[in-house]
Formats: sequence, structure tokens, C-alpha cells
Amino acid sequence: MSFDVSVGLRLGEARLGASFRSKSGLTALFGPSGAGKTSLLNMVAGLLRPEWGRIIVDGETLFDADEGIDLPPERRRAGYVFQDGRLFPHMRVRTNLLYGQRLAPRGRRLMGLEEVTDFLGIGTLLDRWPRTLSGGEAQRVAIGRALLSSPRFLLMDEPLASLDVARREEIMGVIERVRDELALPILYVSHDRAEVERLATTIVAVER
Amino acid sequence: MLLSPEEWEIVRLSLKVSGVAVLAVLPIAFALAWALARGRFPGKFLLDGLVHLPLVLPPVVTGWLLLILFGRTGPAGAWLERWLGFTFMFRWTGAALAAAVMALPMMVRAIRLSIEAVDRRLEGAARTLGAGRWHSFATITLPLSVPGIVAGLVLGFARSIGEFGATITFVSNIPGETRTLPIAIYSALQVPGSEGAVTRLAIISVLLSLAALILSEALARRGAARGFGGGHVL
Repeated sequence: MSFDVSVGLRLGEARLGASFRSKSGLTALFGPSGAGKTSLLNMVAGLLRPEWGRIIVDGETLFDADEGIDLPPERRRAGYVFQDGRLFPHMRVRTNLLYGQRLAPRGRRLMGLEEVTDFLGIGTLLDRWPRTLSGGEAQRVAIGRALLSSPRFLLMDEPLASLDVARREEIMGVIERVRDELALPILYVSHDRAEVERLATTIVAVER
Repeated sequence: MLLSPEEWEIVRLSLKVSGVAVLAVLPIAFALAWALARGRFPGKFLLDGLVHLPLVLPPVVTGWLLLILFGRTGPAGAWLERWLGFTFMFRWTGAALAAAVMALPMMVRAIRLSIEAVDRRLEGAARTLGAGRWHSFATITLPLSVPGIVAGLVLGFARSIGEFGATITFVSNIPGETRTLPIAIYSALQVPGSEGAVTRLAIISVLLSLAALILSEALARRGAARGFGGGHVL
């Protein structure tokens, strides 16, 4: 069992609740914008605290309201790829990529810098500043940064949203390779049916 | 332009007083800016008001309050003298204290604005990459607030160099200890026939302020080129 999530939260007037389980591969949270998909990812990442429920990923309990378990984000080891890339603007690409690697527990390294840059084709970008990157380049660097932090699982929030068709194709290929070659569980948020049908092994419908 | 040895001494003293004042008060300014930008606590409104008080009070009143607090019989002054054998009275350190109090509001404002401008989602991203709170602060928040810290230092320094009312009220006008540039200009104006000295000291004041502004602009541009927020300090 990759993801075993059952959480709830009041956000102002709205109540946000979700419950799903999935096997290995890519689990897509699919639904209209405003349904709270990103909030769900943030709860799994530890950036947003649910009011009740529990979150278990790959057998490890990250959050359990009843048991009083709430791991801080830095101990959950999620590789979070944000919709906007969210690269650190004051660091070059190389420093961005290595940010999480330096903090990852030794002996648990998933991939090295060279391996990741080859895998994603970003070797020529290393000395650039994030603001000089195109949307597709920034998204690949963001994926690389997440992979280099040696995560136990990946969270991806509409990683294709800001890209044109050609770039979408390219990043989708990268995501398929991460799913198949690295065999990392992925929790993937999207509102695009075609994208979800192509990438997902499990689809969770999120309704408003 | 040639200054007399006494005039050089005045410039040197002013630089020392202002430099020590802004550097010593910087950690306090940062802590206050942080509390005001990020904190949620009762009395925040009051703290905000207190910090900004020297900006709106007549400087003479600020100087008088310092005198009451840090004078030999004042609560803080008596304590310092008794336990540390230290006094601000009639010393350059007193001038630095007055300058620091007057510079504090401008420094807090500049630093607070830049802390508020830091995208907190970047801190969240750092946390998911394995950074604890402190590491995320040191590698993301702090470097991204550098433009505000530089702006605060420059504004505070400029304010300190010009400080007059609080200083003369608190620690008087003592050559070599508390007679900083503005006080020296004022003193020279009281003496007939010293127009030359007044002009020279005034020109030095203008040059110092200008140099501070140019330096801060240069630093801010370098920061902007590296992807920090805005390219202007002021």
C-alpha cells in the first residue's frame, strides 16, 4: 500500500475531507480546481495540518490525529514538485538542486547530481539563475531538486499546468520514467483528464 | 578640502558613533521586525507604536526619556553603574545609544517590509526538502531579506549621522566624546568668525550622506542581479 490517507479539515466555511488508498505507481487526485487537491498534497507534505484523520505512506505513519503523531515536513521526506516550480530565486540551479541532497540522510541517496542532470537533461543549466529559465526548464529543475533530496515518495501539483504542448509531452515522459524506472510512489494532482488517464495507475476523484 | 585636526576628530567620532549605533542595534531591529512581520501576540499593536515612537516624538523628549532611564539615578543607569561600573552619561557610548534609539524605527520598517516580502511558500519548499525551521530561516528567509537589512543599515546610519536633539539633551555637547557633526556645526555657528569651519563640516555631512546612498544603491543592484527582490533600497 503506497498511500493510505483519510483526513479532514475545516477551511473557513468549507469542509475538506478525503479518504483513499492506493497501490504502488502514480495515484492521481483528479477533480475541478477549487476542490482542495493542493490542500490535500500540503497535508501529506506536512505543510498543512489536518484536524482529524491519518496519513500513512509506504507503511510509515506521517500523521495520526488520534495517536498525536505529526511529523514535521523535514522528516517526512516528500519530494514535492510545486505547480510554480518554487525554485529559490537567490540560488543558481546547481545550488537549488543540491539544497535537499545536503540534508538527506547519508546512505539513503537515491541518485547523484550527475545522474539526475542526465536523467532530466538539465546539465547545461547548472550555472543559470532560476529567473532566466523557461517554464519547462524550471519544472525539470524542480523535479531534479525533489529527486536529489532522496524522497521516499513524490508529490506533484499540476506540474504541467504552466507549460505549452511540446513541453508537456516532454515532462510527461520524464514523469513516466520516474514512475517506472525509479519506482517511487507518486501522488499527482491534476484537472486534466487526458493527462491523468495516461499517467495514473490509480485515479481518485476529488469533488467540490 | 583640508580639515583641521579637530575637525577630523569630529568626523571620526561621528562615524564611530553612528557605525557602532546601527551595528549594535541591528540584531534588536531584526528581532523586532521579525516579531512585527510574523508574530501573532497580544500587545503587538502597542509594540509597533513603541518602536515607532522616536520617529514622531520631538527628539528632545526622546533625549529626556533616555536621561531619566539611563542617567546616574535612573533605573537602568543606576543598575549599569552599580553592577557593571558602566555609564552612558557624557560618553560617546551615550551618543551612540541616542543615535541607535533614533535609528531603530527606520531600521525596523525597512527590515520588516523585506521580511513581509519573502514568499513563505519558499520556506515551505525548503522544509519539504529536509530543512528544519532554523535551517530554512538561515538559508531562505535571511538571505532574501538582505536588501531590507542593507536598506535599514543605510537609513539608520544616515539618521544617526544627522542626530542632534536627543543626543545633546541626553549626553550634552562634549568635544571628543559627544560633539558629533551636527552638534559641532551648531557649536561653530555660535562662535563669530567660524563660517569656514561650518562650511567644511556641512560639506562633509553632505558627502557622507551621499556616499551612504550610493553604496546602498550599488549593493541593492548587485542583489537584484542575483535574483533578490527589487533593485532599489529607498
